[in-house]
Amino acid sequence: MSCCCEKKDPNQEAVDAVLAKYKGTKGALIPVLQQCQDIYGYMPKECMAQISKGLNIPLSEIFGVVTFYAQFHLNPRGRNIIRCCLGTACHVRGGAKIFERVQKVTGVKDGETTEDLRYTLESVACIGACGLAPVIMVNDDTHGRLTPDKIPDILAQYE
Amino acid sequence: MNSLAEKRKTYQDQLAAKAKKTVIVVGLGTCGIAAGGEKIWSAIKGEINNKKLDIEMVYSGCVGMCYKEPIIEVHKPGMPRVIYGDVNPENALQILQDHAVNGKVVNDLAVAQDPKEGAAKLPDVPVLNELPFYKKQVKTAIAKCGVINPDSIEEYIAFGGYEALEKVLTGMSQVEVIDEVKKSGLRGRGGGGFSTGLKWEFANKAQGDKKYVVCNADEGDPGAFMDRSVLEGDPHAVLEGMAICGYSIGADEGYIYCRAEYPLAIKRLETAIARGEEAGLLGKNILGTGFNFKLKIKAGAGAFVCGEETALINSIEGKRGMPRVRPPFPAQSGLWAKPTNNNNVETYANIPNIIRQGSSWFASMGTEKSKGSKVFALTGKVNRTGLAEVPVGITIREIIFEIAGGIQDNKKFKAVQIGGPSGGCIPEEHLDTPVDYDSLIALGAMMGSGGLVVMDETTCMVDVARFFLNFTKNESCGKCTPCREGTKRMLEILETICAGKGKPEDITTLERLSTVIKSTALCGLGQTAPNPVLATLKYFRSEYEDHIFNKKCPAGVCNALLEYKIDAEKCKGCGSCKKVCPVEAISGEKKQPHEIDTSKCIKCGSCIEKCKLDAIIRG
Repeated sequence: MSCCCEKKDPNQEAVDAVLAKYKGTKGALIPVLQQCQDIYGYMPKECMAQISKGLNIPLSEIFGVVTFYAQFHLNPRGRNIIRCCLGTACHVRGGAKIFERVQKVTGVKDGETTEDLRYTLESVACIGACGLAPVIMVNDDTHGRLTPDKIPDILAQYE
Repeated sequence: MNSLAEKRKTYQDQLAAKAKKTVIVVGLGTCGIAAGGEKIWSAIKGEINNKKLDIEMVYSGCVGMCYKEPIIEVHKPGMPRVIYGDVNPENALQILQDHAVNGKVVNDLAVAQDPKEGAAKLPDVPVLNELPFYKKQVKTAIAKCGVINPDSIEEYIAFGGYEALEKVLTGMSQVEVIDEVKKSGLRGRGGGGFSTGLKWEFANKAQGDKKYVVCNADEGDPGAFMDRSVLEGDPHAVLEGMAICGYSIGADEGYIYCRAEYPLAIKRLETAIARGEEAGLLGKNILGTGFNFKLKIKAGAGAFVCGEETALINSIEGKRGMPRVRPPFPAQSGLWAKPTNNNNVETYANIPNIIRQGSSWFASMGTEKSKGSKVFALTGKVNRTGLAEVPVGITIREIIFEIAGGIQDNKKFKAVQIGGPSGGCIPEEHLDTPVDYDSLIALGAMMGSGGLVVMDETTCMVDVARFFLNFTKNESCGKCTPCREGTKRMLEILETICAGKGKPEDITTLERLSTVIKSTALCGLGQTAPNPVLATLKYFRSEYEDHIFNKKCPAGVCNALLEYKIDAEKCKGCGSCKKVCPVEAISGEKKQPHEIDTSKCIKCGSCIEKCKLDAIIRG
C-alpha cells in the first residue's frame, strides 16, 4: 500500500487465495469468512468488500452473516483470547467469581480488548468441559477446576 | 484388495501382538487435556526416551471419568489393565517406574483394574465394572471412547468397525435397513426424541435427484458434552452411521455441522474422513459395491440456534442461521431445497451397533416407548462428574446418587436441571422418575441432549431461571417476535425479582408470557425457552415468593437481597475484615467484636473470604 508499484497488500493476496479455493463452491461464505478472519485477526470492512466481489454476494448480506454469528468480529482483537465459561455447570460451580477475577486482572470487561492488545475477554456459554467446571479457555488451551486465585498465574503465561 | 474381514483379522492380530507389550494410554480428550494430560504425556514420553524403555505410548478419547482426570492406563502383559486417576507429571513417572517397568501397582493412585484372562486379579484395586460409577452403566454408544485410538481406523475396524456398513451394502435393501432402525425403537438423541427410523423413511420416500445426510454436531446445550466425547473418542462410529443412513435414504453426500468451540473434535473428524476414504470405506465405490458417500465438515460460527435443524441447514448454506418455517420439513425440502435427513451425533453413533447386533438387542434395553441406552453428562455439584451411558428408564436418583456419587461436600440436593435451557428442573420428590422421553416431559423437563446439572441447597432457583432466560435471550435469532421480545421481557422481570424489586403481579405475568411464547414461537428454541421458568415456578414457587414478598433469597445467592452481619460471639476482633473492606463499612476496636454498617456495605463478600472464624453471616 505504501509503495507505488502495483503489488497488493499481502493480506489481500491471502484473501484472494482463499477466494480462489472456494470459487464455485456452494455455501462457501462462512468458511471463507472464517479463513479470512484468521488472516486479519478480525473482519475489516475492506475484507468484506473483497469477499463480496469475489463470491458475488451483496455486501449487506455478508454484513448480515458476520453480525449474526458470535465468532466474527468487526474490531481488532487481542493476541490472546480469554473465554470465560458461564454455562450452567460453571455457573453453579462459581463461574461468575472466576469471570470477576479475570476482569479484575485484565482490567477489561466482557467483549473488550486491553489497550496493549494483549487480551480480549469474552464470556461464553459452555465449552463442553463441564466435568472440570469452572473452566476458562485461553486461545485453544482449556483450564479447568479453577479458583479465582489461580487466575493471575494462568493469564501471566500468555504474552 | 483384501476384504474387510481379512483386514479386520490382520488388525486384530496386530492388536493382540501389541498386548504382548507394555503400553501406557493417556486420555487426551478435551477434558483430559484441560486437566493436564499433555504435560503427563510429555513427562512419560521423555522418561521412556531417556531410559530407552521398551514401552509403547498411545492416546485415547475420554472414558467418562472426568472427576478423575487426568487419567492414564497401564497395560502390562500378564497383569490386568489398570486405570490411574488424578495423575500429575511427578506421580506419572512413579507409575511408569513402579508399574510399567517393575510390575508393582501404585495402589494409592489406581482407580480400577480391568481383569483379563491369564492375569491374576490385583488384591487391592477395585474392579472397573464394580465401581459405583460403572456398575449401572451399559457401554454401547460410547463403548469404544477411551478404549481405542480415535485416529486409528485400524483399531476401529479391529473392534468390529464398518462391519455394519458392509452388512448393509452387501445384503440389505434400503427398506430393510429402515425397518431395522424402526424396530430398534431408536429415538433422536439430540432432544426431540422423534423416531429415527420414521425420519429416515420420510427422507427415503421423498422425491429428489439429490439427497443429503446431515449430522448435527452443534452441541450447544450448556452442560452437555457427550457428542464432543463421541467425536473425539470414536469418530468413525458417527461416519459409519451416516454412511448407513445415506445408503438407506439414497443420499451420496453428507455434512457434519460441528460447533467451532470443538477444535479437537473437528481435527479428529478430518483425520477419520481421510482415513475412511483411503481405506475405501467412504468416498467413491465403497467396498466395491458402487455406493458413493462423500462427507464434508462445516465448522459452526457460534450461534446456539444453529442446533435447530432448519437453522443449521441455513448455516451450512452460508446464510444467517435462522430457522425456517415448517412445513416443508427437511425430509422434503432441506439442504439446498433437497430432501435431507438430519440426526445428531449420538443417534448416528448408535446405528452401527443396531445393525450389527440387531434391533431386538437394542430394544431389549429401556422402557416401552423409549428404547436403548442414553449418554448423560453429569455435572454441577456432584461428587463424580463425567459421562455415563445408562439404559433408558433408570431413575434419576440412581444416576445422581449411585453413579455420580451424590452431592458434593455433604450438602443437600435441591434440584437437577435436565435438558439444558429448553428443559426444566426436577426436585427431590420426583427423583424416582424413570428417565425416558415421555416421563420427563410430563414433569415439565425434557431429555434434551442429556445434560444433567445438579444443584444443591446453595443454588437459588430464581437465579437459575434468570440465568437460562439470559442465555435464550442472547441466543434468540430475532426472527420471530414472541421469542425475540418475549424472552427479553421475561428476563427483565426475573432480573427485577433477583434485585429485590419484584412486584406481586410478576409471577402471573411470567406465566402468561410463558404460555404465549410456548404456543407462538417459530422454532424449538423459542417454544421451549420458558420451560426453566415454568418448572422452577412449579416446584420452587415459594422461592419466588420469598424474593418478591419477603425480599429474601433463601439460598443466599441474590446479592441485593443479602445482608452481611458479624456474629459478635465468634468475632475475635482481629481486624482482617476491616482492612479488606473496600468501602470502610466495618468498624470496631482491636480484640473487640466488629460491626458492619449495612448502609455502606456493597455486599462484595471480601470480608467473608478473609474471616478465618466464620464470624460473618450472609443471609
